[in-house]
Amino acid sequence: MQTVYKKSEMLTSNPTHYCPGCTHGIAHKLIAESVVELGLMDNVIGVAPVGCAVFAYNYFNCDMQEAAHGRAPAVASAIKRVHKDVAVFSYQGDGDLASIGMAEIVHAATRGENITVVFINNAIYGMTGGQMAPTTLEGQKATTCIYGRQPRSEEGDVVNGNPVRVAELLATLDGPAYIERVMLTDPANVMKAKRAIKKAFEYQMAKKGFTFIEVMSSCPTNWYTSPIDALNIVKTQMIKKYPLGVFKDIGREAK
Amino acid sequence: MEKVKVDFEACKGCGLCVMACPKKLMQIGSKSNNKGYFVVECSDQNACISCTSCARMCPDSALEVSK
Amino acid sequence: MSKKILMKGNEAIAEGAIRGGCRYFFGYPITPQNEIPEYMSWRIREVGGDYIQAESELAAINMVYGAAGAGARTLTSSSSPGLSLKQEGISYICMAELPCVLVNMTRSGPGLGGIQPSQGDYFQTVKGGGHGDYKMLTYAPSTVQEAVDILYDAFDKSEKYRVPVFILGDGLLGQIMEPVSFKPMKEMPNPNTKDYATTGKHHGKERRIVNSLYIEPEICEPKNLELQKKYKLLEEKETLCEEYLCDDAEIIITGFGTVGRIIRTAVDDLRARGIKVGMIRPITIFPFPGEVYKKYANKQSVKLFLDVELNAGQMIEDVKLNVAGKKPVEFLGRLGGYVVSPEEIIEKVMEVIK
Repeated sequence: MQTVYKKSEMLTSNPTHYCPGCTHGIAHKLIAESVVELGLMDNVIGVAPVGCAVFAYNYFNCDMQEAAHGRAPAVASAIKRVHKDVAVFSYQGDGDLASIGMAEIVHAATRGENITVVFINNAIYGMTGGQMAPTTLEGQKATTCIYGRQPRSEEGDVVNGNPVRVAELLATLDGPAYIERVMLTDPANVMKAKRAIKKAFEYQMAKKGFTFIEVMSSCPTNWYTSPIDALNIVKTQMIKKYPLGVFKDIGREAK
Repeated sequence: MEKVKVDFEACKGCGLCVMACPKKLMQIGSKSNNKGYFVVECSDQNACISCTSCARMCPDSALEVSK
Repeated sequence: MSKKILMKGNEAIAEGAIRGGCRYFFGYPITPQNEIPEYMSWRIREVGGDYIQAESELAAINMVYGAAGAGARTLTSSSSPGLSLKQEGISYICMAELPCVLVNMTRSGPGLGGIQPSQGDYFQTVKGGGHGDYKMLTYAPSTVQEAVDILYDAFDKSEKYRVPVFILGDGLLGQIMEPVSFKPMKEMPNPNTKDYATTGKHHGKERRIVNSLYIEPEICEPKNLELQKKYKLLEEKETLCEEYLCDDAEIIITGFGTVGRIIRTAVDDLRARGIKVGMIRPITIFPFPGEVYKKYANKQSVKLFLDVELNAGQMIEDVKLNVAGKKPVEFLGRLGGYVVSPEEIIEKVMEVIK
């Protein structure tokens, strides 16, 4: 018998602190496996965010820097300027990237920094206990919009405002080389997500520009669902608002 | 030999592998680990086709698959 | 030493940092420090470094965190409101024990205040502008040459103690033109040789983690105590102070930074009139040269202290703490961008000796 799948050597033996069924663990694996397959194991630096993935530096088996809330793209940009031939990635959630860190992500993208950003979108603030995120869907309940997110009142006044689509927003810029949105709901989509992440790293190492993978993820705990139901919500509700697909690929445009 | 090996302490019993298995072989077992999670098990190692779907879905890298 | 050239303070400070081995600069425009990023934007690439005009001061200080964590010699500069924005990042850098150099060409506040010189950021700089118990090795140069010389060694000191070195200047220091000479170029040490740096080469080895999160109290308290030990060491080893004509002085005038040069003029003038005055000028404001004040406070011949600042009275708290009520401490301050004149100081001295 031969082993056909085992834990990546790019992950440490530390058990994660993530809740059961949280897709952070899957996304971690995809980055780890991509890095190994591209032979970048001894040539990679990661940047961890603030939020649920704040301890990501305990799980990736490589040099890591823990960034202040939202500033991971700035930290990653500077690391890359110092170590120009090393693969640099940041790993950020929706509160970190799409709220407090919106300026940093937009500017790292438009500068075209040769870094890879993996953006975990689960439409909620997980670590702090389920508050409304910039990506929380209309009607979705959170602890700071307990009746469900309502962009406007019937009178037309702003209540909670609208959610933001980051992949589409960044795709309008000239700096990004590759932007794709994927989901982790089933083995086929997990494989697809991995291909996207791997491609992003390939583009980065070829110095093509900024690469960004938005990973539609779940939060069973703060969505008050089972892990499997949570993935069904991603499949049936979230991707209506956040459709999957490639939003930018300069490799494809060149053909 | 077991085709699907479960890291008993790493499993959080989330059930994503149960959903992923095309042969419906994975199930939440009756034994709990030190964290208190009921750990998954493969109900029929011989019937496993080693497709790795269960392991790819596992957020905790708790499954190892052999062929 | 090269021959002297006439140079604007901000540009000389930028060149001083480059001569000290600085190879990465991250900044955001704000008056009155703009000549630093402008000079750096072309100069740093000439010496093999890199420059990013950051999208904000928040990004700039976090780029410093990233580059410092990656083992490089890195600088950012700003002015008061910009420094307010950088405080969070500074706190992270201090906890992560990263070396870097920060420059503040202070303008007046609060709020947008004005763009003229001020010393209103003394509290922010040495009493912890950000969260938590941290300190920086903080210099307050009084001339362009002094600033350039401090910057030349700033990176070595910063790397030795793994604390940020902070240069607290003001708009006057940044905008004035003075003759200045530079020492020979120091090269930046290879980032890969730094034992704390993330270089990407530590898979399966002792991984490098640059971090300021210590969530368990049993780890966070010892970490804090370690930092405090380091700050104590700074107090022992790095305190710098200028004493001018203090030996027989009856009145000691004190002030930091550019005010020092104005006090010096006043002291010379008063001495010519036969009044026994001297000056204490802290060159480091953390560590604060408290012992020097104690020494003169205990001296019979010293009648009083006069503290002069371009603020409402900030350093005076540290002066009083060390004079400890043994002698009166008078205050003269100008606010809102006015620079105190030697005549005002002389007038104040005449008033207090009556």
